[in-house]
Amino acid sequence: MSELPGDLLYTSEHEWLRREEDGSVTIGITDHAQTALGDLVYVELPEVGQDLDVGGEMAVVESVKAASDVYAPLAGSVVAVNEELTDDPEKINADPYGDGWIVRLQPSGDDGETMDPDAYQAFLDELDE
Amino acid sequence: MPFIPHTEEDVKDMLDAIGAPGIDSLFDEIPTDLLIDEFQGVPDALSEMEISRLMHARAAKDGLPLSFIGAGAYEHHIPAAVWDITTRGEYYSAYTPYQAEASQGTLQTIYEYQTMITRLTGLDASNASLYDGASGLAEAALMAVRANRSATSKRVLLASGVSPVYQKVATAIAGSQGLTFDRLPLDTSSGTANLDALNDQEAPVAVVIQQPSFFGTLEQIDALTDWAHEQAALVIAIVNPTSLALLKAPGDWGAEGADIACGEGQPLGVPLSSGGPYFGIMACKQKIVRQMPGRIVGRTTDLEGRPGFTLTLQAREQHIRRSKATSNICTNQGLMVTAATIYMSLLGAEGLSRVASSSHAQTKELMKLLTGIEGVDALFEGPHFHEAGLRLDRPVEPVLESLAMRDILGGYDLSREFPELGNALLVCATETKTQADLEAYADALQAIMNAGNVRSA
Repeated sequence: MSELPGDLLYTSEHEWLRREEDGSVTIGITDHAQTALGDLVYVELPEVGQDLDVGGEMAVVESVKAASDVYAPLAGSVVAVNEELTDDPEKINADPYGDGWIVRLQPSGDDGETMDPDAYQAFLDELDE
Repeated sequence: MPFIPHTEEDVKDMLDAIGAPGIDSLFDEIPTDLLIDEFQGVPDALSEMEISRLMHARAAKDGLPLSFIGAGAYEHHIPAAVWDITTRGEYYSAYTPYQAEASQGTLQTIYEYQTMITRLTGLDASNASLYDGASGLAEAALMAVRANRSATSKRVLLASGVSPVYQKVATAIAGSQGLTFDRLPLDTSSGTANLDALNDQEAPVAVVIQQPSFFGTLEQIDALTDWAHEQAALVIAIVNPTSLALLKAPGDWGAEGADIACGEGQPLGVPLSSGGPYFGIMACKQKIVRQMPGRIVGRTTDLEGRPGFTLTLQAREQHIRRSKATSNICTNQGLMVTAATIYMSLLGAEGLSRVASSSHAQTKELMKLLTGIEGVDALFEGPHFHEAGLRLDRPVEPVLESLAMRDILGGYDLSREFPELGNALLVCATETKTQADLEAYADALQAIMNAGNVRSA
């Protein structure tokens, strides 16, 4: 099991969040999620400027065996999307916490529920049992 | 490939395995008050011999009239080889087998079909077909809403020449999902969309252009396409595949081309057959292919590097995406598509072009003969494909009835759905009509108009 980056927050939907200095939040899926999905072949990204509620459909990640929604872990407006994923979705497999980021949101209030790395690790351990 | 039903023993074994006393018990959750003992109005079952006799008797009632009705379904010559090959055992199945390991022939046929449709439409990708042209418009509109995520509107704007039947079907299917279908006003002199009216339009999610129009006229496709794209709307083309042998492909409309094309596939080797089964064509640009409904066959290589065919982009479909699937349509009109593929293969580009040219020429000739009759005028100015409008000096319906008594189906009465056009009749002549057929129609119409004049005088 790879190390969970300590500076990120995690959700029960296997997404990670990083608070940027400008107040925006970068979001991706965790290593556990990309491993479970397998080789990604397509990522459907939202439009910049789109407003999302907590739990709103933010993106779709499609692998050779499944297609899965990525839900907004907090309410916000889309300020950036990782356009490189359109041609190179496997960046999520190769570097889920770095080059494989998916969306950056500007939070608009409702923060949703997140876990720190230890809590997410415990959550994963529980899933394994 | 064989389809072997379960034996009684198989059924019993399966029921035993899950501990169910009988098949009926699997449907226990249906409330008893919803169950009916027998269908109302459905007669008792007939034997094969009885049903064959009944259907022959009914078919004989239709006679063999000379038909000049188009309006969405078109009579074309179908080479005998088309259905002879299509009904071979390898193809002839009520179900389309998709398993790549068992169905390379079927998959390759669909792949060839898709290739032909993309060439006709000038678009990047085709699906394996939909049910028919009208439901294809509904699917195209829903697809446009999914693909055009920057649009807040669910209003679909129809050019004036979109088939009223397609509008009804699209509203029935997509209306409950919040889509509305509005129509641009018709320029009654040209029988095409009035482009001046575009200035008053709020930005729609998609613009639908039927070319040739329901009236057989030619819309200003480039101007409409460019206007739609300026409004950030997607362009849906409804096309007649035969016409694409002569007319500009949707992929070449305007500066950027139409985004989606759909249409009725019946003219490609499928008989009129009292209205069905037909099949729907659908193609689109590569960048929105993941929003396309239906099956898509792709070409690939197997583990040993040999070329082969398989279903592709299946993550769009309901067996994977469940309620989020691009459509609940995960089937296609396999047998019709097989016939169309063989039809197009036999004709080739040149043959299809000859069918289109000949149909156009026959309709022109028919219009010349009919408009030579007193009280009969061309309804619209400007060019048409293989269908054209006529204006009569009297109500259309009684004239059509008189023609029918002479075994001539004289066309489609436009006055029902387009009262603003007055006593308007839509006629169609394809390559199946000879000069003698056209003259027979003209003579009959002449006689009816003369007789009517005598009566009213």
